[in-house]
Amino acid sequence: MKKLNSIIQKLGSNRLAWSMFALAAILLFNLIVYPEFFKITILDGHLYGSLVDIFRNGAPLMVLAIGMTLVVATGGVDLSVGPVIAVTGAVATSLIGLEYGSTNTPLFLAVALALGVAALCGFWNGILVSRIGIQPIVATLILYVAGRGVAQMITNGKIMRIFYEPYFVFGSGYFLSLPVSLYIVLLVYIVAWLFTRRTSFGLYVESIGINSEASRFTGINEKNVKLLAYTLCGLCAGIAGIIISSNVKSADGNNAGLWYELDAILSVALGGTSLSGGRFSFAGSIIGALIIQSLTTTIYSTGVPPQVIMLVKALVVFLVSLLQSENFRKMIGSLLNSRKGAIQ
Amino acid sequence: MLNIKRIGLLLLVAGLALSACQTAAPTEEAAPAEQAAPAEAVEAPAEEAMTACEAKPDMTYETMTIGFAQVGAESGWRDGETKSIRDTATELGVNLLFSDAQQKQENQIKAIRTFIAAGVDAIGIAPVVTTGWETVFQEAKDACIPILLVDRGVDASVPEDLYVTFIGSDFILEGKNAAIELAQLIPDGGDIIELEGTTGAGPAIDRKKGFEDEIAASYPNINIVASQTGDFTLAGGKEVTAALIKKYPDIVAVYAHNDEMALGAIQALEEAGMKPGTDVKVVSIDGEKAIFQAMVEGKANVTVECSPLLGPQFFEAALTTVQGGTVDRWIKSNEGIFRQDTAADDISSRVY
Repeated sequence: MKKLNSIIQKLGSNRLAWSMFALAAILLFNLIVYPEFFKITILDGHLYGSLVDIFRNGAPLMVLAIGMTLVVATGGVDLSVGPVIAVTGAVATSLIGLEYGSTNTPLFLAVALALGVAALCGFWNGILVSRIGIQPIVATLILYVAGRGVAQMITNGKIMRIFYEPYFVFGSGYFLSLPVSLYIVLLVYIVAWLFTRRTSFGLYVESIGINSEASRFTGINEKNVKLLAYTLCGLCAGIAGIIISSNVKSADGNNAGLWYELDAILSVALGGTSLSGGRFSFAGSIIGALIIQSLTTTIYSTGVPPQVIMLVKALVVFLVSLLQSENFRKMIGSLLNSRKGAIQ
Repeated sequence: MLNIKRIGLLLLVAGLALSACQTAAPTEEAAPAEQAAPAEAVEAPAEEAMTACEAKPDMTYETMTIGFAQVGAESGWRDGETKSIRDTATELGVNLLFSDAQQKQENQIKAIRTFIAAGVDAIGIAPVVTTGWETVFQEAKDACIPILLVDRGVDASVPEDLYVTFIGSDFILEGKNAAIELAQLIPDGGDIIELEGTTGAGPAIDRKKGFEDEIAASYPNINIVASQTGDFTLAGGKEVTAALIKKYPDIVAVYAHNDEMALGAIQALEEAGMKPGTDVKVVSIDGEKAIFQAMVEGKANVTVECSPLLGPQFFEAALTTVQGGTVDRWIKSNEGIFRQDTAADDISSRVY
């Protein structure tokens, strides 16, 4: 019993564990109400099933959450990622062009340029925050408002449809029976992990998030670290934008990446990274993104009526947040203990 | 610290300058319209007090001047409507004053006042919002200029006597037609799924009602196993369809509230190894060019048109009204139903 208690205590102190617990609970719920949720079959030489869908449809959010984690860890936030997704998709599709089976720009160049534009968007946010000193929420709000306008301008306000098969690989292709988008997430995660944990960059980010002023006094170039964090976040939004536009084979300036900024921030929060900055966990944010995506897929497959979807989502997010709150757990703990005492 | 203060001060100054611009600009712009409108308003009621609005039975298309206050150019559908209004005016010889409000009500109000000042014979408007039109519509009425609403309505706060008619689609009828078409495609019945538009949006509510009422009343062998929102977007339609066909792999048809979601459903069905258009019939509403392409490829079956080509009906109603005749309170737009077999011929004539 004591051993169990200590395990629970250890688990309780690990925020990642609570996120994983929440994810497991959602999946378990599916297993009970709809057992076929876990059925995975082979179709055309690749895996096919609801679980695969979660990973595939959740890929853009997972990449986005990684970028957002960096910005949040510096004590900031990036509201403009949704519109940046729309801009990236618009740039990529307009470079590829609307002809059947051919492209105006070599695929590699089109994607690289689109990602470059996304990184530039992030760089712009970074300049506003680090050099001009505008509050992150205000600074990124500027691009949040302007971004969709820019995307509309590129696409002439229309939905652009493309017919160039090789571009579709990013969003709907498969490699070794797994979705290509999943490999992209893995790659971004590994690069981000190496870059932050095998260099001092991660440490700088955390120290700025905890105390920006003190970090500056210890000689950390706070401005450049922030600038880089926002630029990388923009780049991640760009990668997400490529996956999304490639998946739907079109660019929609109005709707591509709509509300993704909120989901990305929520993923980071659910993953246990404090929104006031400091210690961060990419793995946590990825699990946070998976929680949100499995929730969406669950809602579709269990037939929640459209009118109450938002309510159900909010309720689950509320429960997960409660689960992660140390204060709440202590409250429940002391409540249980006092009852136990009364019985004895 | 000093730095931050300085920046704060800078922002404050910039903010003040900015807000000054914002308050200054509209008054400047608004001035001419305001000057013009009251002048008209003062003259007009004085005359009307004695003589009520006179009909002009001799009016023809060539002698008629019409003001049209468009919402903006936010979609291909809207562009199609604008083109229809402009082209029809040219064709009939109507003198058209056209204004694009860029999604702003104040611009539409300004446009109407300009039209009144210019002494047009009738005004058409696609109201950007449903409320707040009483004053300016009353000004038009006082000036004996009839108002015709096009494709978008106003709510009950605007008295009915301030506008003569509403020209637009019957979304319930569209849903009903979609149900009839779908039933013909699957004579043996079966399970189907429905992709709804944005929850709470007018067209989504009516297209659901029209469709489901018709299915319930006339086709007991068709079973709607799931109805979920795809937010009128391709991405939404695709994700929802992908999730639903895993739970209901035996569906025989998909009904989507717009073409965009149907295109998403087609992608999802193909990726699941099904054949949209053959194994699973696809019926949607709108009549966008892209769905005709899908029909030509055999991937979609029917689209029920929601036509933006309201020009001919609008000018006919305007002329009738100006001549003193009466028109229906709701003129339903002429809408077609397009099927796979004729899609190849139809596609070249689609303008939106």
